[in-house]
Amino acid sequence: MLDKVLFYFFAGIAVASAVLMVTRRNVVHSAIFLITALLATAGIFLQLRAEFLFIVQIILYVGGIMVLFVFVIMLVNLDVALQQIQFARQKWVALIVALALAGQVGVMFWTSGKMPGQGLPVLTAAAAEHLPPNSEAVAKSLFSTYLLPFEIASVLLLVAMIGAVVMAKKRT
Amino acid sequence: MNAALQATLEFLKLYWGPLLCGVAVVAILPLIVGYIVLVERKIMADMQARLGPMRVGPHGLLQPIADAVKLLIKEDIIPENADKLVFWLAPVLSVGAGLLSLAGLAIGPAFQIAQDINIGILFVVGISALGIFGIVLGGWASNSHYSLMGALRSSAQLVSYETAAGMALVSALLFTGTLNIKSIVEAQSKEGIWFVLLAPVAFFTYLVASIAETNRAPFDLPEAESELVAGYMTEFSGFRWSLYFLAEYTNMIVVASVATTLFLGGWLRPFSGVPWLNFLDFVPPLLLSAIGAYCVLRMPKQPTRVQQLFMLAVAGLCFVVALVLAAPVVLPVIKPSLRAAVAPFYAGIHGGFWFIFKVSLYIYFFMWLRFTIPRYRFDQLMRLGWHFLIPLSIINVLLVGVALIAGAYFHLQGWGLLLVTTPAAVIALVAAFLILAVEKEHDARQEQTAASDFYAG
Repeated sequence: MLDKVLFYFFAGIAVASAVLMVTRRNVVHSAIFLITALLATAGIFLQLRAEFLFIVQIILYVGGIMVLFVFVIMLVNLDVALQQIQFARQKWVALIVALALAGQVGVMFWTSGKMPGQGLPVLTAAAAEHLPPNSEAVAKSLFSTYLLPFEIASVLLLVAMIGAVVMAKKRT
Repeated sequence: MNAALQATLEFLKLYWGPLLCGVAVVAILPLIVGYIVLVERKIMADMQARLGPMRVGPHGLLQPIADAVKLLIKEDIIPENADKLVFWLAPVLSVGAGLLSLAGLAIGPAFQIAQDINIGILFVVGISALGIFGIVLGGWASNSHYSLMGALRSSAQLVSYETAAGMALVSALLFTGTLNIKSIVEAQSKEGIWFVLLAPVAFFTYLVASIAETNRAPFDLPEAESELVAGYMTEFSGFRWSLYFLAEYTNMIVVASVATTLFLGGWLRPFSGVPWLNFLDFVPPLLLSAIGAYCVLRMPKQPTRVQQLFMLAVAGLCFVVALVLAAPVVLPVIKPSLRAAVAPFYAGIHGGFWFIFKVSLYIYFFMWLRFTIPRYRFDQLMRLGWHFLIPLSIINVLLVGVALIAGAYFHLQGWGLLLVTTPAAVIALVAAFLILAVEKEHDARQEQTAASDFYAG
């Protein structure tokens, strides 16, 4: 019962602030609503007993990336930005991408519970009581089962970082 | 009927206990912060050969209450062109983040609002870092250049130093293998040695980074009064301003508590595993009795009747706390059969005392630095962060890891671990001096043009 209330609470906040984030004219207000949406998603992670994911979402996205976002927004001249066109009008591409995503999520929901090993895994309340400590479980799966994807992602991030530094550096 | 009662009690224990604790923290914390400010003013006065606040109460002991009343009845000004909603939201965000992160801290084995969360230390650090949004948004919403400069500096500073602080935390966490706050302290109790001795370089990096993160002098550039009026707080007045103030001091308490938990043994007494040093248990009650006796002695010197009475009240309070601290250690001496019954009280009360004592020492160190070292320039601050602290902390994580592997190979434990961690610390120190030397050479090679300092305005 409490789980359901919490889920709809956080999900409602996430959806509402996501909509507000797109529709606000002021960039800083948009950023605030993006932060709210990210925090609400973190709340859903916590409600799913994924504590580690919850705190990583907060530390990385809210505490790290969004601080940099806001930092950059402060440097932009807002009065000029307000005069410019707010929406990039790529209706058709957006529509196709949105439909594809909706289809994927729909298939996930449709198949969940029907065939074993397909769709969304269903966690029963009894099993939830006996979950292993969260951060240990994440670490074990990252460094054993998914070691290769993890390393590839790390290298990718490193390459992106070096690329950003090279591009930002003054050419002497 | 009985089962229903049981269920109700269980529910109350689960949800209302933490809630009540939370309300108590929110209610008491402003008072504590007020007295920290008083202590800071007194220390500042002492270091500058003055007396500090003396008028309100004996030795200014009621000054925080007078200050609070003044701040509450001050006119609340919102600038004409400010973004009203964000202006209203920003100070609340700052305080909210600070207070929320307090929930994860364990003040003694018994007092922890959010009990036994698996991600303990990450929760405290991550949530308290959210306070930065209050500063950035407040600076932006004020629609003033000074405020915006302060906000920009603050976010740049926090992002730069958070990496170093995080790496320092990782070095300490390598010893425990857990993020749970209680387990971290228990690991130090099991090893019989605090991690400050095993990872001194990490403690140093955390110390410097935590000063920068809380915007304290010598790194208080976001509110540098000689260049930016008051930085991000320039346009705030009255209650909103005091909320920022509250947030700053709450953050100080949070970083001090994190450092205490990770490096200084949390609620453990010094040498808690050594039986022949158990007489140290008598130090806290004796210390407080001494303070109480001093207050009684000073009583006749107070100028007015009210102040004399107040002094006696302070002495009485000290004696009561001393009695509470003395009870769990004196009772087993008188009647040995009571030892087991008294043990939980002993752990709770004395644990709380030592934790608060260590946090106070850490905060005292902050104040000491504030009145000793002049403020850095912004480009110096950034260089210190990126060119010195971050490389040093990363090298240190590697070295501590290698030391731990060596320790496991030789089956070292407790104080024996010092055999491998001390060489690691020495190598890290050499690396630090190498970095400094390279920096100096780099400086010498460059022409003596003033560095273009974007944020200085």
